Order: sequence, then C-alpha cells, then structure tokens
Amino acid sequence: MTSQAMSGFWSLWIIVLTLGTIVFCWWLLYANREKESVTGDVQTTGHVADGIEEYDNPLPRWWFIMFVVTLVFGIVYLILYPGLGNFKGVLGWTQQGQWEREMDHAEEFYAPIFQQYAQFDIPTLARDPEAMQVADRLYQNNCAVCHGSSARGGYGFPNLTDNNWLYGGDPEVIRTSIYAGRNGLMTPWVDMLGDQGVDQMVHYVMRLSSQSHDAAKADAAAPMFQAICAACHGAEGQGSAAMGLNDIGAPDLTRNIWMYLQPGQDLYDSIDFTIRHGRNGLMPAQARYLDYGVELPANFSSMSPEEKARILPKVHLVTAYIYSLNQ
Amino acid sequence: MKHEVIEKNVGLMAVLILVVISFGGLAEIVPLFFQEETTQPVEGLEPVNALELEGRDIYIREGCYLCHSQMIRPFRAETERYGHYSVAGEFIYDHPFQWGSKRTGPDLARVGGRYSDDWHYAHMYNPRDVVPESIMPSYPWLNYATLDGRHTATKMQRLRMLGVPYTDEDIAGAADMVRGKTEMDALVAYLQQLGTVLKDTR
Repeated sequence: MTSQAMSGFWSLWIIVLTLGTIVFCWWLLYANREKESVTGDVQTTGHVADGIEEYDNPLPRWWFIMFVVTLVFGIVYLILYPGLGNFKGVLGWTQQGQWEREMDHAEEFYAPIFQQYAQFDIPTLARDPEAMQVADRLYQNNCAVCHGSSARGGYGFPNLTDNNWLYGGDPEVIRTSIYAGRNGLMTPWVDMLGDQGVDQMVHYVMRLSSQSHDAAKADAAAPMFQAICAACHGAEGQGSAAMGLNDIGAPDLTRNIWMYLQPGQDLYDSIDFTIRHGRNGLMPAQARYLDYGVELPANFSSMSPEEKARILPKVHLVTAYIYSLNQ
Repeated sequence: MKHEVIEKNVGLMAVLILVVISFGGLAEIVPLFFQEETTQPVEGLEPVNALELEGRDIYIREGCYLCHSQMIRPFRAETERYGHYSVAGEFIYDHPFQWGSKRTGPDLARVGGRYSDDWHYAHMYNPRDVVPESIMPSYPWLNYATLDGRHTATKMQRLRMLGVPYTDEDIAGAADMVRGKTEMDALVAYLQQLGTVLKDTR
C-alpha cells in the first residue's frame, strides 16, 4: 500500500489554507499588539462597570514569545514533515516508512535468534529450557486462547499435555497441525441410527473405555459400530491416529478422555449429543499468525523438516513446545 | 475592524468563530472526500451479507465497540499481534464504521478466521469457559434470541442509498437468510468476516 498523490487543486487548497492560517495568526498577533508605553502610563480600554475600569496592558512578554515560537515550530514542522499538500517534507518521513523500519530493525535483531533455534531438531529443542521459555511466550500469545494457559484444553479444545493425539504426536505431525490447521468433522448419525440405535451406540462407546453400561445394548450396537464408526475410529475404537491416519482426527475412544464433556455433564448425554448431531472441530492455520508476513512456497508441505524450520521458525519453536509437554 | 465591533456583536463573533474552526476540517478532512485512497474499496471488498449485517447491528447494540477497536495502526507491536495495518479502503461500506476509540479487549479488525466458530460461541456464551483470565462480560441471551428478518431488507435498502452495492437479489433474499437464525449466529458470522479481504503479507 503506497499513498497516492492528490490532484493539484487539492494540494494547493491545503497549502493555501495552512500557510494562510499561519500568516493570519501572525498578522493577528502583530496588528493587535499594544506596545509598552515609554512613560509607564497605562491606557484603559474604556470599559467601566460599577466604577471599575479595565487596563489595556500589552501581552505578557513570555506569552507573546510563546505564540511566536508555536508559529515558527509550525513552519519548521511543515518543512521537515509531509503536511503541505503533495510536498513530502525534506526528511521524507512516511507512516509506512516508519513501520517498515521498525519491522526491519526487529527482523535484524530477532531473526538470528529464531534461525539459531531452527537449526536444532524438535526433540533437541524441546529439551532446551531457554528455547522453551521463548516458545512459552509464543504459546501464551497465540495458542492459549483456545488450549488454555496450562495447555490442558477445555470443552471442545484438546488437551495438549495428555499424550492423547487426535492427529498424531510425531514432531512433523504436530508441525503440520500448527502451521496448516485441522478440521475434524464427524457427521450427524441420528438419521441413520434412529433413537434406539443412538442409545445402543452410546452404551457401546461407553464400554470401549470400560464405563458402566448396559451390556445388551452395547452388544446390539456392535455390528453397526464396525459398519460405520470403525472406518474412522478403528475396529477397537483406538482412533485414527493409532491407525496411522494423520488427517482424520477421530479420537481414541478407549482412553476415557472426553473433549466434549462439559463440567458437570453426564457422560451419556455428551456422547448422545455427539452421535446425534456430529462434531466439527476446527483449528485455523497458524502459520500466518505465528510467522507473520511469511509467504509459504507452494511445495511447502513436501519440504524437509530442516527447510520447514527455516521458513517458519516460530512454528518450529511452538512445535517443540507442544512436543515437550508430552515427554 | 476594531476588536470592539466583534466583541459587542455576538452574531458576528459566532460566524467568525465558525469560520476559524472550520479551517482545520477544510484542510484536513475535505480533500479526503476526493481521493481514491479514501473513497475506493480495496480489491475484493464485498458488502457484508444479510446475516452479517444483523450481526453488525447486534455488535453495535451490545456496545462491543466500547471495549474493542477495529483499527490496526501501523506499529510493529500492533501488526505483530493483529496482522496487517488497517487501510481506509477496507471500511468503504461501513455505515457507520466501528473503529472505536478504546481497547479494553483486543482489536478485532482482523479477528475473522482467527478462531473457530465453536470458539466464538463458547466465548460469547461465557468468556471464562475458554479464557479463565478474561474480564469480558457474558452474552448468553444471544443464544436464545431468534431473528425474524423483518427489517433486514429495509436496512440493506438504506445502505444502498449510502452507496453500498447490494443487488436486488441480495435484498430479496435477506429475510430468508436471516429468519430463524439466533443473534449469536449473526454475531459470529459478522466477526468471522472481519478484516479477511486484505492479505496478511508484509
């Protein structure tokens, strides 16, 4: 975004108004100025109220000088900085230029630090307390809003500390989750299963993690689970990540970890709602937020871990942080 | 002209005061009415749809602008946190714009797409559910109030009079798009499109 020049008319309009105002103020000051009288006698203004007269003293000297100083300041400012129409000012200052400089300075200072971290692989970096301190700041600023400041997640947002992964806990999988985001979609099943079928399926799901359940209902749902649920959740309900599928995000149902269980909610009700209405867990891609201003190459996903770390050093650092939470 | 003449004639003084203070506006504001940078939309800018428009009105009704600005200034501290600084062309269709003047909460100019819809629903229902440290008030009633879309088309017609390029189809379909949705749906839809037009690159 560069600012465009305005037309000659408006440029002139601004110049005339601005300089005219300064000249007018100058004239006003001098035209109305009372001189100190030589004799020391002071004239009155002629106003009389209840016998009290108003002296017509000259302006205090300090006040007069201040007025002149502000006028001079205004003129100097308009010479140095943009203000008079299209005149750019002799310093060539722009708002954008100042921002660019600020960004360049920061880049110069911080880039080497992040690039240094980018040279270590994720497991090594995860053991470096200093790096993890930096990463913690990045985590708190960007990730804690959903996953919590302690990374234990919340209703609808996964816990990142329990070694239970929707998409897999390998460093490269975590990196992909962070930079590209995730969208875990479970469609609603009530139309296919019917009310009775949903009820039976809830009991089946509760049995998978050895919760108290109705064995007869669970048995009745078993064939249906294998027919439709197993495709994503696995034949034993072990989840898509355990099956080596890294892009589905179907949770492990055997571990008694429930992302959609509200505090105080009955587990049955939570599972019932999930099966009936489905779920749509979305994590937006974080590359553009963590590594601001980096344009990703088209073939980024097929690059080596080292290259990915170099291009997105902050994503690399946060990946190591998430990895470290589970070691 | 003697000073006395002005001092003793209130009407004349009022006129002259108006002339003097109008100079600032004449030099600083009026030229902007005629500059492309401030009168033309940025490339790809679309007016908000019917649902998002209702969401914007809820945003105004609930006073969101009192704590949230929608204006990222060109400082590193702001662009690092919120994204590319705001430009005038992004607000061409906003009547009124929601720049705000105070940040008790974060700037929202580019909050669109930053969090999931689910997050916004949970957060608006009770901010402490997702951010325990938050001091934002809860807005649970948004979940229970349903929109009927009675005035949506009229609002869009009035906005069209102000230069927002709504098509006849936009306006005809407005009520249907809105009817039955909750105020929460509308507000989240509004938030999710904020600032998404400008690419975030430096």
